[in-house]
Amino acid sequence: MKRNVLPGLPLSLGITLFYVGLIVVLPLAALVFKAASLGPSEYWAIVSSPRAVASYRVTVLSALVATAFNLVFGLALAWVLVRYRFPGRRIVDAIVDLPFALPTAVAGIALTTLFASNGWFGSLLAPLGIKVAYTPLGIMVAMCFTSLPFIVRTVQPVLEDLDPALEEAAQSLGGSDRTIFLRVILPLLMPALLAGLSLSFARSLGEFGAIIFIAGNQPMETEITALLAFIRLEEYDYQAAAAIASVLLITAFLMLAATNLLQARALRYTARS
Amino acid sequence: MKIRLDQVVKTFDTFRAVRGVSLDIESGQLVALLGPSGSGKTTILRMVAGLEYADGGHIYFGDQDATDIPVRDRGVGFVFQHYALFPHMTVGENIAFGMKVSKTRRSKPEIAARVQELLRLVRLEGLGDRFPAQISGGQRQRVALARALAVDPKVLLLDEPFGALDANVRRDLRRWLREIHDELGITTLFVTHDQEEALDLADRVVILDQGRIVQEGTPAEVCREPNSAFVMRFLGDANRLSANVRGGQAFVGETAIEAEASSDGPAEIYLRPGDIEWQPAGEGLAASVVRVLDRPGSRRVLATVEGGAALEFDVPPETDVRAGQEGRLTIKRARLYPA
Amino acid sequence: MAQSRRKPPRVGDGPIIRRVLIGTTLFFGAILVLAPLIVIAVEAFSQGLKAYAATIAHPDTRHAILMTVATALIAVPVNTAFGLAAAWAITKFDFWGRRALLVVIEIPFSISPIVAGVAYLFVYGLQGLFGPMLEAADVKILFALPGIVLASMFVTAPFVARELIPLMQAQGRDLEEAATSLGASGWRTFFSVTLPNVKWALLYGIVLCNARVMGEFGAVSVVSGNIRGQTNTLPLHIELLYHDYQAAGAFASASILATLAVFTIIAKVALERRGAGRRPALAAAAKDQNAGTSP
Repeated sequence: MKRNVLPGLPLSLGITLFYVGLIVVLPLAALVFKAASLGPSEYWAIVSSPRAVASYRVTVLSALVATAFNLVFGLALAWVLVRYRFPGRRIVDAIVDLPFALPTAVAGIALTTLFASNGWFGSLLAPLGIKVAYTPLGIMVAMCFTSLPFIVRTVQPVLEDLDPALEEAAQSLGGSDRTIFLRVILPLLMPALLAGLSLSFARSLGEFGAIIFIAGNQPMETEITALLAFIRLEEYDYQAAAAIASVLLITAFLMLAATNLLQARALRYTARS
Repeated sequence: MKIRLDQVVKTFDTFRAVRGVSLDIESGQLVALLGPSGSGKTTILRMVAGLEYADGGHIYFGDQDATDIPVRDRGVGFVFQHYALFPHMTVGENIAFGMKVSKTRRSKPEIAARVQELLRLVRLEGLGDRFPAQISGGQRQRVALARALAVDPKVLLLDEPFGALDANVRRDLRRWLREIHDELGITTLFVTHDQEEALDLADRVVILDQGRIVQEGTPAEVCREPNSAFVMRFLGDANRLSANVRGGQAFVGETAIEAEASSDGPAEIYLRPGDIEWQPAGEGLAASVVRVLDRPGSRRVLATVEGGAALEFDVPPETDVRAGQEGRLTIKRARLYPA
Repeated sequence: MAQSRRKPPRVGDGPIIRRVLIGTTLFFGAILVLAPLIVIAVEAFSQGLKAYAATIAHPDTRHAILMTVATALIAVPVNTAFGLAAAWAITKFDFWGRRALLVVIEIPFSISPIVAGVAYLFVYGLQGLFGPMLEAADVKILFALPGIVLASMFVTAPFVARELIPLMQAQGRDLEEAATSLGASGWRTFFSVTLPNVKWALLYGIVLCNARVMGEFGAVSVVSGNIRGQTNTLPLHIELLYHDYQAAGAFASASILATLAVFTIIAKVALERRGAGRRPALAAAAKDQNAGTSP
């Protein structure tokens, strides 16, 4: 055993491993164990049931749309906050974090009230034939809200630290604003964008509180996967709940792995040979 | 306090940083550990401090085996390369820290008086209430030294003490550190990659390469008698010529060179720029001047000799020499190493 | 500092693009972020101040507040202690599996709170690992405060650690080594050297952790059992009132959490001014601090 100069490794590492083991690893292991105790055919029957598949479809589609919206909106917001000076900028900058700070249930009832057909925005959209609350559109709105800060907050610091000389160099070489943005700035933002993108998408896939109020929760139509797991629990169908929750868990791990791979790829130019 | 290292070994993962180093440091001496980066010098210093533990061998402080004594109880003063001043404490609090945490209890006025004394010693009177961020690099360096001295260390250890400073500040602090050492007489060991610094400051210089000691001695000894081509090159500008030894006499081409030669065969001759004399004509190695660089006290001449080897040497500032000129070189001193 | 007015335009400085971008982002920002905050305030007081006060004063609401505060009072300090221990172990030592440990600590961030709740059911529930044992010993974890606290701890496990680890990594080990070489003990080094230099980041982590604990909905709704007046936290109480068609009451309760959110953001901004939270800038600052430059 290597000797350490600073004291406290056994104590601090002991506490850390115990806590992580008890709080994080044990429950997840129990869930996996429970799901694995189902036979393969039984497991498959549950996770591929039409209602489950419908829930995957609505969850993934809504998360994709919400992430795409946040990609554009979040990038624009980060750009505006870093590059422009205007009155109220600091307040806007602070308020971007509201979706992180505001409890999801609170956000859920607030968004539902705003977008219900008699709400402030819902009543404006209703004459146009657009229904938001209690439709997949509502799920997307809720996802947009809860995952908004991810892209802004990952892109913003990189944009701030961007060396102006790079832009100046591109300008001196005769690049137009459009070319410089697409060929110089955007590639440099790419690792941060990808990180924000995957965080945002993962959060949308797992979101529960903000969505269940606005979604309407119609099976096969506006029922998200997290809710289906919850409903199975309430029906005391624990095996089904375990199976569906395990699908969410596996997806989360795959997302985590994909994120790390994408980032490593996007950052490969920083690696020293 | 006399320090003795006996066959000390340290490996990081698979990198053998220190490979069996033995060294005696007499009480009260100021010793430099000199070497390129990766030579193991900082690792040796940190092992003497107890900031790393040796994988093998022993370190003695006097007669006591200190190898396994933790840094906290070893009684050393360590000055970190980037000083490691506590940024949230004032200069005075930084200096007092060691006395406050010491097992020997000291009264508040006692500590305060000692802090003032140390501030005087490092010539920072009146800066005790500043924070590290509010003083200059050179001042931080002196605070770090005062902090290390406050615990009355048996041994003072400094890791690249002047590395982060401007050239001028460096030179001043170097002289001043020597004065402090002479005043306090503490056994001191410091690490540097700057040969000029080591030669200026130390009683003895220990030269390291790839985890081993390659030579040690007084500055005069290592300068006059470098025992390898590595030491020769590392201590200062050196020209290299391929030579041949025949019958105890070294030849470059057909020109005989004054140098201590051993066995016959191919060899390398090393020459300092000051070891070469230039004449427009006469005896010696034929050379043609490529460029002349003017410096405050001399002129540096870049030339090629027969066979195409490049040489650099210095001539007095009033010498008239131009690029393209042909001339002769006589060699006053040279060192010969087997190729 | 005085700046010359005339500067060559940077990319995107054209007046049209500038106005369009600011206008569009502020418009969507107002719809998506500001409007919910306003609608909470409006709806909370829609039945008048009296009804608002009555909702807050209702025993069920008061009990929900109590449950939320009690959960935070346990979960946040425990998480803080864990975060400090994890950061000390991971940044001050090299050991086998260090990177893996970092990944495991961050896992709760990527996992749906519902999954967390379901997972806890399979540990402490009747159909779970320890359920029958706990039942026999008459220890109640699920559908009671301990379950709520545990689920909250899962969800917020990384909050303090992830603020401390990058900062302490950037600060290195020099300060601790210096303190130790001067004779300080481990605890002394921790309290008088390490802690003062990470205090703002620590507080930042605590503030965010607290906000999440008090607002957690998904995980807690699985493990609490939703027993009105007994195991309802504030977010669960809001859901209950809302589905009971007591919208004004739900919004009145929500306004408490919304106020907490606003204070959290204010605290966050204040702490960021002291250098907490912004990682890349922070790491650079920490590096500069000790490297002496000109005399």
